[in-house]
Amino acid sequence: MTELSKTGAAVGEPVKGPSDGSTAFLDVRDLKVHFPTDDGLVKSVDGLSFSLEKGKTLCIVGESGSGKSVTSLAVMGLHRLGARGKNVRMSGEIWLGGKELISAEPDEVRRLRGREMAMIFQDPLSAMHPYYTIGSQIVEAYRVHHDVNKKTARKRAIEMLDRVGIPEPGKRVDNYPHEFSGGMRQRAMIAMALVNNPELLIADEPTTALDVTVQAQILDLIRDLQKEFGSAVVLITHDLGVVAEIADDVLVMYGGRCVERGSVDDVFERPQHPYTWGLLGSMPRIDRETSERLIPVKGQPPSLINVPSGCAFHPRCPYADIPKGDVTRTVRPELQPVGSGHFSACHLSAEDRTRIWTEEIAPKL
Amino acid sequence: MSETKKSDAAVPAQASAPAAEREVLLKVEGLQKHFPIRKGVLQRQVGAVKAVDGIDFEVRKGETLGVVGESGCGKSTMGRVITRLQDPTGGSIHFEGKDITRLNTAGMRPLRRDIQMIFQDPYGSLNPRHTIGSIVSAPFRLQGVEPEGGVKKEVQRLLELVGLSPEHYNRYPHEFSGGQRQRIGIARALALKPKLVVADEPVSALDVSIQAQVVNLMDDLQEELGLTYVIIAHDLSVVRHVSDRIAVMYLGKIVELADRTSLYEAPMHPYTKALMSAVPVPDPKRRGAKSERILLRGDVPSPIAPPPGCRFHTRCWKATEVCRTVEPPLLELRPGQRVACHHPENFEDQQPQDTVLLTAAKEAAELVADEVLAESAQTSAAVAAEVAAVAPKTGKAAEPAAEASEPAAEASEPAAEAPEPAAGKSSDAPAEGDDK
Repeated sequence: MTELSKTGAAVGEPVKGPSDGSTAFLDVRDLKVHFPTDDGLVKSVDGLSFSLEKGKTLCIVGESGSGKSVTSLAVMGLHRLGARGKNVRMSGEIWLGGKELISAEPDEVRRLRGREMAMIFQDPLSAMHPYYTIGSQIVEAYRVHHDVNKKTARKRAIEMLDRVGIPEPGKRVDNYPHEFSGGMRQRAMIAMALVNNPELLIADEPTTALDVTVQAQILDLIRDLQKEFGSAVVLITHDLGVVAEIADDVLVMYGGRCVERGSVDDVFERPQHPYTWGLLGSMPRIDRETSERLIPVKGQPPSLINVPSGCAFHPRCPYADIPKGDVTRTVRPELQPVGSGHFSACHLSAEDRTRIWTEEIAPKL
Repeated sequence: MSETKKSDAAVPAQASAPAAEREVLLKVEGLQKHFPIRKGVLQRQVGAVKAVDGIDFEVRKGETLGVVGESGCGKSTMGRVITRLQDPTGGSIHFEGKDITRLNTAGMRPLRRDIQMIFQDPYGSLNPRHTIGSIVSAPFRLQGVEPEGGVKKEVQRLLELVGLSPEHYNRYPHEFSGGQRQRIGIARALALKPKLVVADEPVSALDVSIQAQVVNLMDDLQEELGLTYVIIAHDLSVVRHVSDRIAVMYLGKIVELADRTSLYEAPMHPYTKALMSAVPVPDPKRRGAKSERILLRGDVPSPIAPPPGCRFHTRCWKATEVCRTVEPPLLELRPGQRVACHHPENFEDQQPQDTVLLTAAKEAAELVADEVLAESAQTSAAVAAEVAAVAPKTGKAAEPAAEASEPAAEASEPAAEAPEPAAGKSSDAPAEGDDK
């Protein structure tokens, strides 16, 4: 396969996070997750680096198929389970509290999973077992990591349900998932994830399936619990409104790679990548009276089997012809610092980017 | 048209809205759709899911009516009933002045040309075994229409119209991405040059960047072909962008129906206000303003046994005794803004004497920031004064507002003060709000 030979060449220098001495609680370095298929190698994540401190929230944004969920599953070590494990190639490093996870034994990761790191999924109905009560599922999560009897664990489950705002937790603990509403199910999921006080919480589109009123409740809850437990939170979403609301740092993914990373203010006030501009321009805003047209990103998201050469975004980028020569089509841009703690992977010169953002994009938003 | 006259009489103040001169295309009165719940051997009916429970609205030619609400509020059922994909339980639907409520399948067939639907799920709404050509030409086959220049040419023209290549004619749906499939669905809906297009969540399954493409496409097509849209969506940002007028539904009822600007700038129903405050704004600077957010407690009650009186009273922070017993009618409180509430926001109170709070409302009020309560008192006064000033010009519709501008300031205060006396009088509220 031609794709396979390309992989080696495309490997870039891993971008060192701001905390190279791995003082960060979560440190992902040059993570690659590739899936060999009959059609070719799917490069879901292709050289991703980021780090996250305790008590902070990182939002990963991007379109479907940009590799955000695969990243979160990789951190949780869920790609290697069962039959799926045979079909995945992972490389790079994931450091969690000083332990490296990719090279770790499955047993070791299993001990961490649920205790040190926990995950909230998008669709709580399919993430929960329909045959077991909410309570017994939370009890199981607790007893796997704590040597306690069922009674104590049940008390703990009720306590958690109460903490996430389920009314009458003593009664509701014996309900089945289908007896809960969507918002309550998501609360129960959060209770299950937090029952062991994990230090890293990964939430994969936790509010996408919910109504806005419930979404507001859940985001508030996640924020409160983070304050209370001091955990690090990775939140995966495609909704920039949610990002602006909850993030400390933002990572924008496109075609399996990070195209921009920075603080939430940097990314919203001074975005430095044409794809980020595109995302901001294509969002209708509830706080603005505007009948003007949205500015969509033309074309379709790339196939991860045939990622475009050079900058993966170049076929959709309106500014691809500004840099001289063929550089956007042939050379893959690396993440470059464009400000303190702000990185962007784009061939446009700093002047061009500033000019385009301030003159062309910002006035239209 | 007789319908036009009738509706003009019913809603005189619509005259100030820009679209008002246009004729009414679709008129819905007291529409109900109940799904029976049957139990036992005899399958006796033991109850009903009141998905749509008495709604009135009209759609004018060339406008876009947005319908928003939480899941389970009946907005999709409403869409299916007005297109007669499902039969209404009660009420009437008039299309171009003709009563289509009880038309049978054969009677509806000629009308299917004029009323088309775009579905939410671009994966489920296209037959995977048919080519794009046969999907988009199906309306011609079914209606026995022979377009100028032949079916194939027309289909290719339609594909081009929605931004696809005519060469896609012989491909199958699985070869397309979500956004492209949605375009195919749109091409099919437009094949017979319909007068009314009902779109049920047309963009919610798409990525943001693709969503913008489809929204723009629908905008362009409306301009080009003079389409009338009813767009059902849960995303309030999208609805604000595409709609001329917006209906907010809650538990099978319309609680507020207004033009876009009034609804978003000065919502009058507490539910509308709460719904809009919950939408996250993509602007990190606005984070400080979060205290304005109204957190509604709990979930939407079951449509099998909706609460008596005002259906929102179980979650409303302004609810009083009257809300539990008397169902508020959908009244035109401001020109072009119809609201069903006893204690509307940004307006004078309809039931100022009734200040006994329900326990449920007391709980809900705890979740509402003091600033919001103070602000609601303040804006009510300000808006009512403004309405009073404008009233002589706009005529009789605004009269009650003029009279009531003074009591309004006082009337809304009890609501604000009752749960939390420290919320402050409207005069010192702004300073307090800014601090936080």
